[in-house]
Amino acid sequence: MGAKIRILICKPGLDGHDRGAKVVASTLRDAGFEVIYTGLRQSPEMIVRDAIQEDVDAIGLSVHSGAHLTIFRRVTELLAKEGVHHVLVTGGGIIPDQDLPKLVEMGVGRLFRPGTKSEEYIAYLRDEVDRRRREREAAEV
Amino acid sequence: MKLLADFLAGGVPALARAITLVENGTERGREILEAIHSRTGRAWRIGVTGPPGAGKSTLVAALTEAAAGAGRSVGIVAVDPSSPFTGGALLGDRIRMHEAATHPGVFIRSMASRGELGGLAPTTQEVADLLDAAGKDPVILETVGAGQAEVEVAQAADTTLVVLSPESGDAVQTMKAGIMEIADIYVLNKADREGAPRLAIEIESMLDARPGEHAWRPPVLQTVANEGRGVPELLDAIDRHRAFLEGSGRLGERRRRRLVRRIVALVNAAITERLLSDRVRVERMVELVQKGEKSPRKAAGEILTELGS
Amino acid sequence: MSASDPRKRWEEEFAKSRLRDDPERFITVSGEEVPAIRGPEDVPIDHDRDLGYPGQFPFTRGIHPTLYRGKLWTMRQFAGFGTARDTNARYKYLLANGQTGLSVAFDLPTLMGYDSDATFAEGEVGKCGVAVASLDDMMVLFDGIPMGEVSTSMTINGPAAVLWAFYIAAAQARGVPSTALRGTVQNDILKEYIAQKEFIFPPHPSMRIITDMMAFGAAEVPQWNTISISGYHIREAGSTAVQELAFTLADGFAYVEAGIAAGMDVDTFAPRLSHFFNSHLDFFEEIAKYRAARRIWAKRMRDKYGAKSPRSWVLRFHTQTAGCSLTEQQPENNIVRTAFQAMAAVLGGTQSLHTNSMDETLALPSEKAVKIALRTQQVLAHETGVPYVMDPLGGSWYVEWLTNRMEEEAEKYFRKIDELGGVIRGIEEGFFQREIARSAYEYQKALEKEERVVVGVNRFKEADEKLEIPLLYIDESAEVEQRKRLAALRARRGDVGGVLSAIRAAARGSANLMVPLIAAAKAGATLGEIVTALKDVFGEYREPAEF
Repeated sequence: MGAKIRILICKPGLDGHDRGAKVVASTLRDAGFEVIYTGLRQSPEMIVRDAIQEDVDAIGLSVHSGAHLTIFRRVTELLAKEGVHHVLVTGGGIIPDQDLPKLVEMGVGRLFRPGTKSEEYIAYLRDEVDRRRREREAAEV
Repeated sequence: MKLLADFLAGGVPALARAITLVENGTERGREILEAIHSRTGRAWRIGVTGPPGAGKSTLVAALTEAAAGAGRSVGIVAVDPSSPFTGGALLGDRIRMHEAATHPGVFIRSMASRGELGGLAPTTQEVADLLDAAGKDPVILETVGAGQAEVEVAQAADTTLVVLSPESGDAVQTMKAGIMEIADIYVLNKADREGAPRLAIEIESMLDARPGEHAWRPPVLQTVANEGRGVPELLDAIDRHRAFLEGSGRLGERRRRRLVRRIVALVNAAITERLLSDRVRVERMVELVQKGEKSPRKAAGEILTELGS
Repeated sequence: MSASDPRKRWEEEFAKSRLRDDPERFITVSGEEVPAIRGPEDVPIDHDRDLGYPGQFPFTRGIHPTLYRGKLWTMRQFAGFGTARDTNARYKYLLANGQTGLSVAFDLPTLMGYDSDATFAEGEVGKCGVAVASLDDMMVLFDGIPMGEVSTSMTINGPAAVLWAFYIAAAQARGVPSTALRGTVQNDILKEYIAQKEFIFPPHPSMRIITDMMAFGAAEVPQWNTISISGYHIREAGSTAVQELAFTLADGFAYVEAGIAAGMDVDTFAPRLSHFFNSHLDFFEEIAKYRAARRIWAKRMRDKYGAKSPRSWVLRFHTQTAGCSLTEQQPENNIVRTAFQAMAAVLGGTQSLHTNSMDETLALPSEKAVKIALRTQQVLAHETGVPYVMDPLGGSWYVEWLTNRMEEEAEKYFRKIDELGGVIRGIEEGFFQREIARSAYEYQKALEKEERVVVGVNRFKEADEKLEIPLLYIDESAEVEQRKRLAALRARRGDVGGVLSAIRAAARGSANLMVPLIAAAKAGATLGEIVTALKDVFGEYREPAEF
């Protein structure tokens, strides 16, 4: 395995239910990730700024409020605008099936629902980040 | 290298990327450090340390807001410990820096201590060099004053703040002399709480009891960082300390000592790394020592000679 | 004890026996080891001193001599989505189906004190509840509903005073005087800092707003509960049952102390404090929690705070079944979970109850799901016989042992909180947040190791599960409509600068805030405008996140 995986975990929007985000952050820390936790009420602009400054491999957003389409759209658009293409945007929460195609179209990665085993999202993050890092390094050299 | 060009052009993603490459100890990171070295030395480096819960992040945020409000482009490195068991880390300093982060020019980087071979202090210094070369001034290095490595980070600054709160009263009593002695300025945060005046007196009497002559007596400032109280006075004190160092010619001496420590640490790290990558040589020597043919000191000396050749 | 001692004999036989081989551990939902049995020797209690008959101090067995024979619990389903018009229709449906009280769920912008057309509200209007940004919206929400007869609970905290002002003003516009209004505003800001995180102002000004509401309620809206001291959200955030109990009661005592410090006689406001607990899956642990809560509250109110009126001693509470216990997998199973939880609440003597709908981990509840949830309560009330007898588990050695232990553990937390310097200091230092985050993480780890079984999630899974229940889907139309309504309101009303200045002046001084808030509501000032005026004086709170 290469260098430490860095991931930004936060709660976008107005919702304050941070149990899931905190449990995931602790789980990832214990799996050896470096987790940058930025807490509640993060706007898409803040999320993208922090992701760039922290040079993270992935952004994990926890959304339970029903505002997922608005939030993921803004985050992916802002990343594209900043020319950031290697960062995986993923997350979890309450997200109805009927919205999944729209999220895929925006370039959002897999989204995990309550009840997902941690090994599942940990494996996904490792594989996906590994792939994206190789692409990024190839592009940089 | 395109990354270097972007860095020199002031690109934020390039700065962030360069930090990662340096932190990971990569060859490209070293190349960038070489290329930018001539641009370093302009930023005032402020070290901030103290026991957990003293309000360091909130204080750094308040300092940053004040400095950024005065038009300065602030760089922050906030170091938190990595888990010794899993190597992972939970870095939460940004939570208290949301408002500070919105000022243009402010750049915040969270760093895990990682416990890697190179040592925390040298790596943090290199990250500070990058921020310095990118035009950040001041550059603030924040660590939890929990272990020697963390204290060294804060010490490797032009001005070192030791942040305490009334609740850290007990900590002060039992605290290793190390952390109390590195302060250029003491910040007594959460000063609106019970116990603050008493702790201030304790620190002052500790300063009175210092043996020997001192040209600089560290001031003991009181702040309520989450309300911004006492922060302008703290900025003034930092400026006064800077004027003192510059005016007395001590700045050059201080920076020189810092470089000595830094280079020695790098040499140490390089030797350790080479030793670990050549265990056969060490094992052979251990055998001779066990058989009684050499003393440990002689064995070490011979290894050093061999490494040097 | 001799070898012929029956307890000893049983212990020896138990120790020799083979137990089933399974990673599942015998622990409560809170992670406490469950003893295989309890007997009389484990429970030193004096019935009259420690339990009391219903209606008698310390009220362990219940607060009223007749309990459910006198009055069934209030069946109160929490509901709200979309615009006020959408939710008004749902209320009428619930009342038509036999529901006996209303409970308003507001959307996130409202909960956080933003108007529906604010930048922060984008994508969130009407999603988790109903959008209410002005008196106009409140009028629509209660259109055709007899405000003088129905009791209304409003889950609102940060801007509770403003929404209460809208409600009072709406009732007055209908000719219903404040003295006739019955209901509750949740208004428990301490648990927001601790668990749910929907706070606006810093703790100290928030406490001042609350004491203003307590004083105003005592004088002008005497049948209104001005705070519902809530453990529900603390539990949902991942706490254990003991933490829920201890932190909730500690918050309650902090409000009592604030009221006393503001110069009020404890017996004028304490009877209007109500509580709100979670009902999770560990059946007996929950029942013990409610019984312990009543006993602790009664003792402290009488002995520590000097309350003279028995109405100040009794802990009345609403219960909601545990949302966090529901699973997205095989959602129909949630009906069963909810039924058990509802039964625990009733055996624990709750005064009102919300039963969750099976689809709540997937979306806001559909009409069908919410009806089944209500019917669950009706079956419990009328078919099971459970409410015919009072405190049927009183005297159960296990339940009494658990009740005692809950009380002891809660007392340990009270001491810890005192050492920290009180609830607000504990919040500022992240004590509660840290305790809860740790419990939540432990719970998750037990789940992953299968020490804890959740049907359909880590055992009895179905490979190709298909969702077979219809879901309520909320689109962006509420946001569009709310923007139009607000634009029209702003064009129609007169100048609100004066009423907003009056709010700032009251906030700076010590006059009761409710008076200028009601005036501002009547003048057409919006929620966002009023909250901004208050923020000008009180500032905003930022939390120290803890793990």
